[in-house]
Amino acid sequence: MADIALHQTEAIAGPRGPKPRAAFSRRNIFIYGTLIVVSVYYLLPLYVMVVTSLKGMPEIRLGNVFSPPVEITFEPWVKAWAQACTGLNCDGLSRGFWNSVRITIPSVILSIAIASVNGYALANWRFKGADVFFTILIVGAFIPYQVMIYPIVIILREIGLYGSLAGLVIVHTIFGMPILTLLFRNYFAALPEELFKAARVDGAGFWAIYLRIMLPMSLPIFVVAMILQVTGIWNDFLFGVVYTRPDTYPMTVQLNNIVNSVQGVKEYNVNMAATLITGLVPLVIYFVSGKLFVRGIAAGAVKG
Amino acid sequence: MARPSQLFRNLNAKVASIPMILTALVVFVGGTIWTIVYSFTNSRLLPRLNFVGLDQYERLWSTPRWIISIENLLIYGSLSLIFSMVIGFLLAALLDQKIRFEDTFRTIFLYPFALSFIVTGLVWQWLLNPDFGLQGIVRSWGWESFAFDPLYNQDIVIYGILIAGLWQGTGLVMCLMLAGLRGIDEDVWKAARVDGIPMWKTYVFIVIPMMRPVFVTALVIVASGIVRVYDLVVAQTGGGPGIASEVPAKYVINMMFEAQNLGQGFAASTMMLVTIAIILVPWAYLEFGGRNRRG
Repeated sequence: MADIALHQTEAIAGPRGPKPRAAFSRRNIFIYGTLIVVSVYYLLPLYVMVVTSLKGMPEIRLGNVFSPPVEITFEPWVKAWAQACTGLNCDGLSRGFWNSVRITIPSVILSIAIASVNGYALANWRFKGADVFFTILIVGAFIPYQVMIYPIVIILREIGLYGSLAGLVIVHTIFGMPILTLLFRNYFAALPEELFKAARVDGAGFWAIYLRIMLPMSLPIFVVAMILQVTGIWNDFLFGVVYTRPDTYPMTVQLNNIVNSVQGVKEYNVNMAATLITGLVPLVIYFVSGKLFVRGIAAGAVKG
Repeated sequence: MARPSQLFRNLNAKVASIPMILTALVVFVGGTIWTIVYSFTNSRLLPRLNFVGLDQYERLWSTPRWIISIENLLIYGSLSLIFSMVIGFLLAALLDQKIRFEDTFRTIFLYPFALSFIVTGLVWQWLLNPDFGLQGIVRSWGWESFAFDPLYNQDIVIYGILIAGLWQGTGLVMCLMLAGLRGIDEDVWKAARVDGIPMWKTYVFIVIPMMRPVFVTALVIVASGIVRVYDLVVAQTGGGPGIASEVPAKYVINMMFEAQNLGQGFAASTMMLVTIAIILVPWAYLEFGGRNRRG
């Protein structure tokens, strides 16, 4: 008996006990080694973008994409911003940048305003049939955009907004609606119901409760929605190319036209500077917002 | 029948829902039906209700460009699904080992997801440039015959796009998987350790089956993203060399807005819708079929 018991305790206390945490155990080397190698793969494109955008063209032709610049020059950045050509226009990416700003800001505000009020109505003021429309909305999020693109062209043409920034803002509001409405509906539904009931007893109505109670209580979810929308709309290409005209093209479309233009000599450094400038806005948002961005993605993931 | 008082009850909520109702009915339902109906017409520059039966679909499936698009979608889609799931899960499992600098690694793996497909495509176009990119570097190391120029080789161009697509999207899968792993009760691990089950077996036989919903969600997200692949191809290859890297979404846009062949565009987009339905209907059935009763 004693022998067995001893054997058992030995077995438990032996190799199955808590592992000693040596800094350089084989396990750690494997884990960190793999993670570092994979990190290099993920960071390489960013590094190459930065490095290429700081080189002069002669250096690019001689060297390879990974070598750091011998002589750092910011000229490609200046050129990409102010002189790069798309077709006949040679005023650089700045035009696309400001177009994107003019598209993104109203789209973000409008889509969040509509979706948050709508989510609030769905969570707290359910009416007959609301769930049917909501289900259609969520299922609709899976329909390929290509299916709805042309009917929207016709609708926008009918109301005289085809080709204008306002039309594109409406399109972004429509396609942002499923995920945002879901986001806000779920958030408002999770708030304690007593709050809502107490306000009702005090005689507050639909808008008063929304503005005085729901809105101040849910600032985090508004930030998440903003991150989601700003990056999504800034990165959009398809709607930009379909619903705007060349002089109102958003940045992504203009960038693609600059880099993939078949005319002239390819200036890789200017191209990479332009690419980096376009990616900078979402990157800054990503690095600044940190955990909230992840939350936005997780929310976006629910949409599927 | 609803009496007027019924209609005006809760009026504010109904007013607030008007944009949603319009979007759902006019754009999503109306737009989809409209496109399907017009896919049976011979509309060219302008949509016209001149029905020609299944002509557009017959022409679609006898167009080499569409066939190549579908083949590309199948190759890109299946490989992209497998790799992003496997890599995403492995990265999440590694990050879940109570390691240091977890946030740093996660930030690195996820940042490409913040970038647009245009930026992704252009960066990888540059990295895969045969003269200055990866191929050029390996050759400059002395391996003169080394050849890896996916963007200029019809046979492997789709793999060049796959590399870029995975770079952009795996971080998202990793994020979802990590959330799933964190949702697993610590007791499961303790029990497995007490029973002396090796770690990989715990993952394969206990943890992964427990994470089924996460896998399904990730699968649906990645799959519906794949069908939409458009900007990446436009930026990275423009569909070339030749028509070797065309994808269905690009075919639709080209037909509608460049080739002035609306009917073809509608037929092709309807086929995209069918593809999505094939992916989603079984999933929705499995996921929500039993859950409806609870409301």
